[in-house]
Amino acid sequence: MTNEELISYLTGKFPEANIKLGSQYVEMTVKADDLHDTALQLRDSEEAAFDYVFCLTGVDYADNMGIIYHIESIKYRHLMVLKVRTADRLNPVIDTVSDVWITAKYHEREVYDLLGIHFNNHTDLRRLFLEDGWGFPLRKDYVDEIRIVER
Amino acid sequence: MSEIREVIINNDRLATDEYLVNMGPQHPSTHGVLRLLVRLEGEKVLNIQPHSGYIHSGIEKMCEAITYPQIIHLTDRMDYLSAHMNNEAVALCVEKALQVEVPDRVKYIRTIMDELARLASHQLWWCVFGMDLGALTTFFYGLRDRELILDIFEETCGARMTVSYNTPGGLMFDIHPNFQKRVKDFIKYFRTKLPEYDKLLSGNVILRERTEGIGHLSLNDAIAFGVTGPSGRASGFSCDVRKNQPYSAYPFVKFNEILDFRCDTLARYEVRIKEMYESLNIIEQLIDNIPEGDYAVKMKGVLKLPEGEFYQRVESARGEFGVFIISDGKKNPYRVKFRSPGFSNLFALNKMTKGHKIADLVAIMSTLDLIIPDIDR
Amino acid sequence: MDFYNFTSLTHSIHEGLAKSFSPFIATTIEWVLVGLAYLTFVALFGLFLVYAERKVCAAFQQRLGPMRVGKWGLLQTIADFIKLLMKELIMPRKADWFLYNLAPFIVIIASFLAIAVLPFAPGLQSLDFDIGVFYLTAVSSVGVIGVLLAGWSSNNKYSLIGAMRSGAQILSYELSVSLSLMTMVVFAGTMQFSAIVEGQRDAWFIFSGHIPAIIAFVVFLIAGTAETNRGPFDLAEAESELVAGFHTEYSGIKFALFFLSEYINLFIVSAVAATVFLGGWMPLHFGNFESFNHVMDFIPPVIWFFMKVLGVMFIIMWFKWTFPRLRVDQILTLEWKYLLPINLINILLMALVVLTKFHF
Repeated sequence: MTNEELISYLTGKFPEANIKLGSQYVEMTVKADDLHDTALQLRDSEEAAFDYVFCLTGVDYADNMGIIYHIESIKYRHLMVLKVRTADRLNPVIDTVSDVWITAKYHEREVYDLLGIHFNNHTDLRRLFLEDGWGFPLRKDYVDEIRIVER
Repeated sequence: MSEIREVIINNDRLATDEYLVNMGPQHPSTHGVLRLLVRLEGEKVLNIQPHSGYIHSGIEKMCEAITYPQIIHLTDRMDYLSAHMNNEAVALCVEKALQVEVPDRVKYIRTIMDELARLASHQLWWCVFGMDLGALTTFFYGLRDRELILDIFEETCGARMTVSYNTPGGLMFDIHPNFQKRVKDFIKYFRTKLPEYDKLLSGNVILRERTEGIGHLSLNDAIAFGVTGPSGRASGFSCDVRKNQPYSAYPFVKFNEILDFRCDTLARYEVRIKEMYESLNIIEQLIDNIPEGDYAVKMKGVLKLPEGEFYQRVESARGEFGVFIISDGKKNPYRVKFRSPGFSNLFALNKMTKGHKIADLVAIMSTLDLIIPDIDR
Repeated sequence: MDFYNFTSLTHSIHEGLAKSFSPFIATTIEWVLVGLAYLTFVALFGLFLVYAERKVCAAFQQRLGPMRVGKWGLLQTIADFIKLLMKELIMPRKADWFLYNLAPFIVIIASFLAIAVLPFAPGLQSLDFDIGVFYLTAVSSVGVIGVLLAGWSSNNKYSLIGAMRSGAQILSYELSVSLSLMTMVVFAGTMQFSAIVEGQRDAWFIFSGHIPAIIAFVVFLIAGTAETNRGPFDLAEAESELVAGFHTEYSGIKFALFFLSEYINLFIVSAVAATVFLGGWMPLHFGNFESFNHVMDFIPPVIWFFMKVLGVMFIIMWFKWTFPRLRVDQILTLEWKYLLPINLINILLMALVVLTKFHF
């Protein structure tokens, strides 16, 4: 599907979501509660078949946390960006999509490790790189005590 | 005696325990500081839990504090064997954001360097793969040839591994006058040496016995785990970014995406060997046709990206490498994410090794071609 | 030929001692002398073997090998040995003290015991049993106890896995080694090493025993390599899998003992192959070519012996530096499903050859 077709397809399928064409890819923002369902539908639908997450990024926006999923369909070779924002910034919680896309399991662990976003229903939510009790370095208010990174 | 007999009869007292072995962080075959928590039953691997983070250097966090041209130098340190591809990804991403079109000369040189770096990386992989299987001689054969590529790198940009040759808008400096001749000499030389690799290792009965049917990773699993690069292509996963979303000079060259549908360790091995031939083909098509022109576009002193999100994928030596920049219009990025191939590949290891022997674990891990700083970043 | 015979020399030493001392003291002095001779030989030859291995391996790998210490790096292994002697002996805290320290000695003693029966030259052999072959197979399998003890007592998981692998491997391959030697015993009609060598005066067994002898030789080489724990059968130490296998926790001189015993075992396997199949110290003789045979006789037996041993050794090193390592189940499959049946049939074949006198 081309980007235009994808937009019209997505608008038909997810009327509540905010869909627009970004600088490169189609971007769809969904509510945190709808995330898991949306992900499942995107993967399982015949026309879209988004089966491959190639990037999963957690971002600290000033007033909440966001997660950005770059997904691709291997069958049709189209890409899109799925975005979601948490309600709370200090204790962000979001549903996991690790049961939809297996690779998300490990990317979510990384996001949890570096940003402190908690994933509901995640089977193995442990820190990946850092020690327990380290803090969440990718948050914008992270205090770098040993001054590795100076701003 | 009666006691022993009792023990044998009461089988539960003779029941064997699982064996928990920490492979790494200092283990000869993890190639860096990776720790695998391996659960064994005798020689059989039951489960693997990778523990990483020993070399986590917070590159993504550091990137938030520095400018775009500076980021390029950090990407060298992630996957040091495909440093040039990582550089290129950042450069392309910034160029895309600023809507700068680089001259064809830059594209050609970048692609040639890409393929040289891929060759060097695959050569080193081949050395190490042989060594992990116990054939120590491969190490010297591979390094012998890799040295020549590194010499070319050194002459071109002064560095052998962490090249940092790209810069937003082009290259750091023009190629050395010798470049074309040296690359051509190398291709001629390496075409005679590649068959040696096959003679020494590929055709070996023991290697075939050790790898055939071992470490099966089905196509669906490869996609689900996001295993890309040669490892993914050996499972039939057509994931070559050079083919699917061509960048730099890849649209101008003819080459094949090497796919294999056997999904085992041998397939991953052969895909890499064939990719070396393919890389030679690509370089041969480009090396005589490098167009004249500037080696870089004149850029502003301080680069400020427009507000927005920019993503660039490139094919590094071990899979799909992605750079995701979120810019808020300042001179340094708001958030940078590197999608490293090794990270996704590592976690498929558990799936692939279940039920195999320890020796197979080493072989399978070797065919995933993990670079630990690439995983930890 | 008699010029090169050591029998008169050893006899004169014995008689000289017997004249001036009581029989008890004379025998004791002889023991000490023989022991010292073997120790010196093993130490020097071990050093030479390490050097040779490094040079051979370097040649396979397109490099020079040690070149800096001494002319062509000749003193390199001596320097390494001195370094090993000065290293601190580290023992894991929870290791079994007694067994941990005992293990290297068992391994090295087993190797020394096996050397005793090898005939280096006419008269240069300390034990000439009539059950020489039997004795050799018996003592050479004692070493595995040391390996198992080392792995067990180190209290290291890698060591234990390595020891278990080594146990399974050596016990299995012991069969093939003994059976292939047994094939040649059937052919020679004796178990005495000196008699076996004497039997090859006209033609080496590998020529006179033709097909079954060649099969036995190949099987012996494979099984012998496996028994010495060398590549491609070096599962017990498998560097890339088990770090260093059973001797992971050993350092300094104790490690050196394991290291040395590996090279002595390499020497023993090559020496046995040379003695039983290639005529030991016997020069190369071809039936009726009198002049050729005479020329060959001028080369001293000791040189013949070592030439053959080094030749076989080179082949074994060649294996090691070319092949990848086998997996543990493949190594057992190779033994139990291929080598053992081949061996059993080969013995029958050899018996037939001997019965029908279809040999040279």
